[in-house]
Amino acid sequence: MIPELGQVALSLALAVAVVQAFFPLAGAHGGNLAWMSLARPAAQAQALLVAFAFGCLTWSFVTNDFSVSYVAMHSNSALPLHYRVAGVWGGHEGSFLLWCLILCVWMVAVSLFSAHLPEEMVARVLGIMGLLAAGFIAFMLFTSNPFDRLFPAPPDGRDLNPLLQDPGMVLHPPMLYMGYVGFSVAFCFAVAALLSGRLDAAWARWSRPWTTVAWCFLTLGIALGSAWAYYELGWGGWWFWDPVENASFMPWIVGTALIHSLAVTEKRGAFRSWTVLLAIVAFALSLLGTFLVRSGVLTSVHAFAVDPKRGIFILGLFAVFIGGALLLYVWRTSRIGLGGSFEPVSRESFLLANNVLLAAAAGTVFLGTLYPLAIDAFGAGKISVGPPYFEAVFAPLMAPALFLMGVGPLARWKRSSVPELAVLLRWALAVSLVLGFLLPLLFGDWSALVGFGLALAIWIVITALLSFKRTLAHSRSHYGMALAHIGVAVFVVGVTVVKGYESQEDVRLKPGDSAALAGYAFRLDEVSTVRGPNYVSARGHVSVTRDGKPVTTLYPERRIYTVQEQVMTEAAIDPGLTRDLYVSLGDPLPGGAWLIRVQHKPFIDWIWGGCLIMALGGLLAASDRRYRFAQKAKRVVEATA
Amino acid sequence: MKPRTKRGLAIVGGLAALGAATALVLSAFQENLVFFFTPTQVAANEAPQGRLFRIGGMVEKGSLKRDGVEVRFVVTDTAKTIPVVYRGALPDLFREGKGVVAQGTLGADGVFHAREVLAKHDENYMPPEAAHAVEAAQKAQKTVVK
Repeated sequence: MIPELGQVALSLALAVAVVQAFFPLAGAHGGNLAWMSLARPAAQAQALLVAFAFGCLTWSFVTNDFSVSYVAMHSNSALPLHYRVAGVWGGHEGSFLLWCLILCVWMVAVSLFSAHLPEEMVARVLGIMGLLAAGFIAFMLFTSNPFDRLFPAPPDGRDLNPLLQDPGMVLHPPMLYMGYVGFSVAFCFAVAALLSGRLDAAWARWSRPWTTVAWCFLTLGIALGSAWAYYELGWGGWWFWDPVENASFMPWIVGTALIHSLAVTEKRGAFRSWTVLLAIVAFALSLLGTFLVRSGVLTSVHAFAVDPKRGIFILGLFAVFIGGALLLYVWRTSRIGLGGSFEPVSRESFLLANNVLLAAAAGTVFLGTLYPLAIDAFGAGKISVGPPYFEAVFAPLMAPALFLMGVGPLARWKRSSVPELAVLLRWALAVSLVLGFLLPLLFGDWSALVGFGLALAIWIVITALLSFKRTLAHSRSHYGMALAHIGVAVFVVGVTVVKGYESQEDVRLKPGDSAALAGYAFRLDEVSTVRGPNYVSARGHVSVTRDGKPVTTLYPERRIYTVQEQVMTEAAIDPGLTRDLYVSLGDPLPGGAWLIRVQHKPFIDWIWGGCLIMALGGLLAASDRRYRFAQKAKRVVEATA
Repeated sequence: MKPRTKRGLAIVGGLAALGAATALVLSAFQENLVFFFTPTQVAANEAPQGRLFRIGGMVEKGSLKRDGVEVRFVVTDTAKTIPVVYRGALPDLFREGKGVVAQGTLGADGVFHAREVLAKHDENYMPPEAAHAVEAAQKAQKTVVK
């Protein structure tokens, strides 16, 4: 019964979405205020219906209703409750429902925090969001219905993939989708502005906080995914340039470019058509990311042939939304206008360079991710593009971008001069170069690459602080920018040091044996058997000492999940500000010995710390007062409520 | 400078940067493309000696041998086999009789020295390359029988 209610709610949501798309858009076109005013209530009603459907699916998971095929595929009665709830988005159908739910969350947010916008703009933005929602709900209902029943119902479910049974995996998809779908707001603002033909500074100011908040969520989502891969996959890598990761990274890069380009459009009115294009591309890449990860196309391009309906439907959606937006863009671009002019040495120019570099970076990731798929789809052989390609290309593109991060915020809008910047920056440059040269000596092993990376990080921090000396009026958006830039510096330190000085050893240990790595001694005391709710596990007891003094005891596990007969390595980590110690238990060897991998990862936690700081900086910037004209209107709403 | 010359300079500069980036990308791309060969193709000497490439197929049952940290196994596409040697811990999804993909180089002795043994984390099923290898070999055999 409950699943059928969910199905009905979803169908009603589709009807409401069509209403939400048609009347406000038509009303905005014809100037019909009554039609336009439908946008907000329709968006909120739709959100309620989708939330209800999502609740129904969650209910089916919680009550172990294996007559629902999706539940039978992704849950099991032995699965702990919190993972049953997370199982809702553990597969294809449910993650699209989550996608729609999050679209609704953003729609409601727009409907609530848009009191300061012209009615026409709100109607257009919500109308286009309604169109998106209609497309995706129709996709679910016609090709991947999460409420489909299974007759006869199996006695128990297939269980959730053990890799997904982890707190990080519970949070990662919602965060990522908040980012992906958040870019739809920037996209809808851009399309609405194209429709109205008014792409001005006001439009950029309205889009900025939405874009920044979406970017923060995406940053956190990617960082969570990376941290999850680090501790859950069991072998200590934090980024693999895997297509799944690249799919989330591409919208992030373009989103970063968009944030910076929006700043120029808001402050100086320049870059308008470029900004609009970035907004379209950022959302297009978000759609592509969802599609790549969830369609099965990465597992095999021929997964399409198995269920071509899904692939064709989603490609159709992609073509309609992105193709439509691009057509509109081409048609309207002559009316956009150029905006303020600027000199070759100015903040605009530095931000332009930032955008060019980021766009190039996104292009290289795109090439490396999609080329093998294209080759395979055309039957021209099987190839893969490994991390060496991405590393070889990414570092040279990012190094100048990191350097310019120091110059840009200190340059004046419209016109700056090289001598002035040189005077302002000479000490910062000298200090970063000297420290960059000296700091690697502390690690005992001087390396030019590490020195270069550290020099760039120090340069970013000093210049971020210097930028406060430059202006007297400190706004939240300025603090936010500086904080986000410092986050990048922290991230760069993490990546540089871990790349330069990490070490690992695969060893064969019998209980009582020890291995040495980076000044630490790892002793395997014993291996015991532990039973979990849905797995059996061999658990190593590894005591770690340094110079004879105990540091910690680690308990790496090797679990066997009984339903799917899958082995899982649960690494044990002793985290620290300056280093992680990482022990994973491998295969049992003859003679009672175990294969054990011990790793020393200096500064690795700075990578995720940096991402967290970036996201906090973004949130701080987005909360700037000049975006909050809505405050007044919100208070009125609260008073009447 | 006239605005026009300035714009011209900006465009030239932009194009130069773009050209440099493209050159960098394409050369790195060329160098790091990793091609895939099935055991049948390796047996027919189609795979390059000394260059990094990938093989895929099934792990032959009973072929897994551990010698301390070193591990040896045989990859088959049901028609031909390749002996593989690898140092270190195998991924969680590695099992005899299941699909596997390995990346490494072919030694002069005909043994494949794997640097990486892959089992993608979101797959319950066979790695696509391994499935492809087995499929191709079986198709070839069928046509021979006919």
